[in-house]
Amino acid sequence: MSIIIDQSTKLLVQGITGRDGSFHAKQMVEYGTQVVAGVTPGKGGQDVHGVSVFNSVAEAKEATEANAAVIYVPARFAKDAILEDIDAGIELIICISEGLPVLDMVEVTKAMEGKNIRLIGPNCPGVISPGKCKVGIMPGHIHKEGPIGVVSRSGTLTYEVVYNLTLNDIGQSSCVGLGGDPIIGTRFIDVLDMFMKDEQTKGIVMVGEIGGEDEQLAAEFIKKNVTKPVVGFIAGRTAPPGKRMGHAGAIISSGDSTAEAKRQILQDAGVEVVDIPDEIPALFKQKLNVGA
Amino acid sequence: MKIHEYQATQLFKEAGLPVVNGRVATEVYEAVLIAEETGYPVVLKSQVLVGGRGKAGGIKVVKDKQELETTFNELKKLVIKGYPVEKILVVKAIDIKKEFYAAITVDGGAGDVVLIASAEGGVEIEETAKTNPDAIKKYYLKGKKELDSTRWPAFISSVFSEEELQNAGTKVFESLISVFFENDCSIAEINPLVIDGNGDILAADAKINFDDNALDRHEGLEAMRDMAYEDADELEAKEKNLSFVKLEGNVGCIVNGAGLAMATMDIIKICGGQPANFLDVGGSSNPEKVLNALKIILRNKDIKAILINIFGGITRCDDIANGILEARKQIDLPVPLVVRLTGTNEKEAKEILAQNDVTTYSTMREAVNKVVELSK
Repeated sequence: MSIIIDQSTKLLVQGITGRDGSFHAKQMVEYGTQVVAGVTPGKGGQDVHGVSVFNSVAEAKEATEANAAVIYVPARFAKDAILEDIDAGIELIICISEGLPVLDMVEVTKAMEGKNIRLIGPNCPGVISPGKCKVGIMPGHIHKEGPIGVVSRSGTLTYEVVYNLTLNDIGQSSCVGLGGDPIIGTRFIDVLDMFMKDEQTKGIVMVGEIGGEDEQLAAEFIKKNVTKPVVGFIAGRTAPPGKRMGHAGAIISSGDSTAEAKRQILQDAGVEVVDIPDEIPALFKQKLNVGA
Repeated sequence: MKIHEYQATQLFKEAGLPVVNGRVATEVYEAVLIAEETGYPVVLKSQVLVGGRGKAGGIKVVKDKQELETTFNELKKLVIKGYPVEKILVVKAIDIKKEFYAAITVDGGAGDVVLIASAEGGVEIEETAKTNPDAIKKYYLKGKKELDSTRWPAFISSVFSEEELQNAGTKVFESLISVFFENDCSIAEINPLVIDGNGDILAADAKINFDDNALDRHEGLEAMRDMAYEDADELEAKEKNLSFVKLEGNVGCIVNGAGLAMATMDIIKICGGQPANFLDVGGSSNPEKVLNALKIILRNKDIKAILINIFGGITRCDDIANGILEARKQIDLPVPLVVRLTGTNEKEAKEILAQNDVTTYSTMREAVNKVVELSK
């Protein structure tokens, strides 16, 4: 099993001719992801790392039966890239691009209404199901197939957590980077629900940060629905109140969005919250008898 | 990006919102001219981009020219939460019969734009939200840019019980919606929205924040930025596509990704050190970013040691390694550098640095312990 992506994922890459899109298309192909098409308007007919480039998502889908899209286009084109996927009937959209205006995401949310589409991001590292498929920008080699599901609002902090798990011989079922923006397509509770239903996943790591209310909602969900062990980490304990820390969503707006409040609310829901990410593996060793 | 009340008032006025008569003044003679136009008494409102100016004595009512001159000069000497008062909004004093609250913002969780209103406006609105949440009314636009004729009447009558105010109230919200969408605001707020002695509805205050990610698609908004509120180093960092916030400590940090950057600061503190800054080099690295980041960090003379903590994803470790070497060529590093590199192109990066006698660490704990030790 695993969630969101696996061997059956047929991926198209929007922005494949750009610096980041091209680099990461290559990395994904090397990891074993089925990268079936690239899309860059006006550059159809080209070839990038053996992947055929099309002018539009619709053309690419028609020719290759792609069922997932990953977006590396500059922020000002990202909304249209997502809308193009929605129109073409792509069911899984993973948007790596960062810096989208929030009203663009309001438009995207409206366009997805009532449709069976899963959007991950924007401003996220993507999703990996180790050993099966990688869609995004995470370094593949730090991952290892195994029983732990990882879900996070951060990019590089997720790698930190994964790296520590793998170092201790604890593999991952899937790792999902949700993104740090105020409006994102998929939230903690969506992924927690998927991990609960996934047979491969035996334990869950949840990485949150200051700002917003998603950790609080996740805590409620965990209390009611999650029976697998959950370990948490919250970034931003030293962040000064009211200061922007790079992520649009990471603004301390009320008392409840501080790191300490989120740690407490997760602990109250039965989540073990660690101070440093390298403390996570020992907890799973103890709870699940896994790892070295 | 935040703008001043007088700037937001101007945007409201252009959108057809009824505002209190007045203008902004820098010098006392300008204030006198404005007061003569509007008629006394007038309210002098200090223009600062921090909350609590009323409690800090930044808002005064004056009844004649003599009192205006004295008070204006006093206000100009005020420093509110570290920010000196440069400009003062001069508006006609109005007879307030009732105060409301009206705002438009984005509800991230709902992925939608929401109008917020309350018949209990004023400075205690946050308290009201906590103690009497039912007094706060919300109307979701559901992805539209206009009011829905079937849902709207119930909402507007829940805010304004007096029927004669409902039409004027509707116009206020329509204007808020147009200001909000035309300028990519993250919030537009009127607190208080007042009913004056004549029964007219007026915006007695104005607050607007713009979405930083959308500034470049609106000509003219950037010009409204008050540079007095911008830290020179933070601004320069932004121009170079770095996200930087200065803090009090002595351990400089260069990290990729906001989450890891925050976690790095947290762990420095847990391990007994004091982080000197938040610095996110962002994704899509190029070697120059490291050089720029080091230059900005080194202006802080409290720095005793620097930690470069990179977990490569879209950022490639070899880019960072080359940046470190380039920086060493160009600047004389006065403090020790601790480098932790893991992830994309890690092997290449470690080879590059090893050939140049830079020690690298693979785990965050090792690197943080080392940098904290060096900072003592």
